[in-house]
Amino acid sequence: MSIEVKNLVKAFDDRRVIDDVSFRVEDGETLAVVGFSGSGKSTILKMICGLLTQDSGEIITSKGEIAMVFQYSALFDSLNVADNISFALHERKELRNKYTEKQIRNIVAEKLELVGLKGIERKFPSELSGGMQKRVSFARAIVTEPNIILYDEPTAGLDPISSTLIEDYIVRLKEETHAASVVVTHQMSTITRTANRVIMLYNGKVVFEGTPDEMLQMTNEYTRQFVTASLEGPMKMGTEN
Amino acid sequence: MLSFQKYYKQSATYKIFSEITSSLILFLSNFGNITLSGLKVLKYVLKGNIDIKELIEQCNRFGVSSLPITLSIVGMTSVIVASQVALEMVKQGGSGLVGLLMTMLIVREVGVIMSGFAIIYMIGSSLASEIATMRVTEQIDAIEVLKVDPIRYLFVPRVLAGLIMMPPVVAIASVVGVLAGAVTSNLASGLSYRAFFDSAWLGIYMKDLGVCMLKAATFGAVIAHISCGCGYNANGGAKGVGIATTKAVVWSFISIVVLDMLFAIVFFF
Repeated sequence: MSIEVKNLVKAFDDRRVIDDVSFRVEDGETLAVVGFSGSGKSTILKMICGLLTQDSGEIITSKGEIAMVFQYSALFDSLNVADNISFALHERKELRNKYTEKQIRNIVAEKLELVGLKGIERKFPSELSGGMQKRVSFARAIVTEPNIILYDEPTAGLDPISSTLIEDYIVRLKEETHAASVVVTHQMSTITRTANRVIMLYNGKVVFEGTPDEMLQMTNEYTRQFVTASLEGPMKMGTEN
Repeated sequence: MLSFQKYYKQSATYKIFSEITSSLILFLSNFGNITLSGLKVLKYVLKGNIDIKELIEQCNRFGVSSLPITLSIVGMTSVIVASQVALEMVKQGGSGLVGLLMTMLIVREVGVIMSGFAIIYMIGSSLASEIATMRVTEQIDAIEVLKVDPIRYLFVPRVLAGLIMMPPVVAIASVVGVLAGAVTSNLASGLSYRAFFDSAWLGIYMKDLGVCMLKAATFGAVIAHISCGCGYNANGGAKGVGIATTKAVVWSFISIVVLDMLFAIVFFF
């Protein structure tokens, strides 16, 4: 077990964004979390990595590092690519003492090569395209060798080809790191190409859990509406809680 | 009974009272957060857990970048005060006191408080908007997920830079202020430089210089810390950055005026 979420509840003001949500993600598995915008998908990720605390319920993660790839990359714009990737290695005492500067430079080069961006160490985030920024944020996330990787809408705002590239990297990182991954997404291609399992949220609750193939079979009225992008169905926009 | 409650909640008294109460709670909560982060900064500084490279960069920002505007503001304030005071004092036979009065004013108050205002406008606002932008673009979340304490990474070098760099900035600004006062007095009233500086020395005590430097260091640290705190607690998008920057300027301004008053009470009453 790498992540176990039990009966999670989170409310903002009086609105329950997450209402009794439970799931498990095993090592080497990728879970896609889908749902409407504002359905609390990113809130779950933020609770898993400790940026938010739940009102009730439990999140159990196996020991080790948790990494997160943010929706808009969240690269440090005052630092160049190399400093962004090596940020944790320089700023965390236990990692700083573990590696020499030369080793850190090699790790940065190795991670950049892994995401197909060799030789851009000296560039600043503002000099990179959205897809490149996203890949640099992948490199930054895996530099601490995490056993859990969280992706917040990794392909949002990217063109289809860049999306495919990012999806390939998600699969590749899973194979390289054997980490448990949670991918929050709206995009069908990201779900089908990266996930082993899918959960769908509506009104803060899990309304579907299964494999991407089961989702595409559309036996569930919620997934049918989501997959066909239909306005007709049990989910009404703007009526969530 | 219910209708009374409903009526009461709609009344102006209730609305004013609830507005004051919620503002007070917000103020106390912000004050508490800033105090707690201040204690954390102190803990890191005492442990020597400081990013030297970042500290040097921030010292450069606080000292070198702010110097031209600080010197201009203190110098011009000095010119304004001297042009008002010198002529009148010389007319009234107090030419022997012009240097003393100007030096005392500049060393005790004008140098440090006007430098403080310049630092707030130049550095405090930029610190707040920088950190608020990092907050709204999830860069601070990224720092936390990478298990680095944002207080150590963002606050410590900035607060320490304020503490270290503000005294030399104030010292240089005060020297410029005194010189500007001497030149203005000479031009406005014909008072000789010798007469100005002969009495100027009489207006400087070691205690004044010590208090001036202590005050400068305190102001530097407080401005940096409040600015970082306002940026750190920002939320929303571009509007949130604007609100955080305004808050930083307003609270820094109020804080240094209150601190200045406390210094005056403690050291000069």
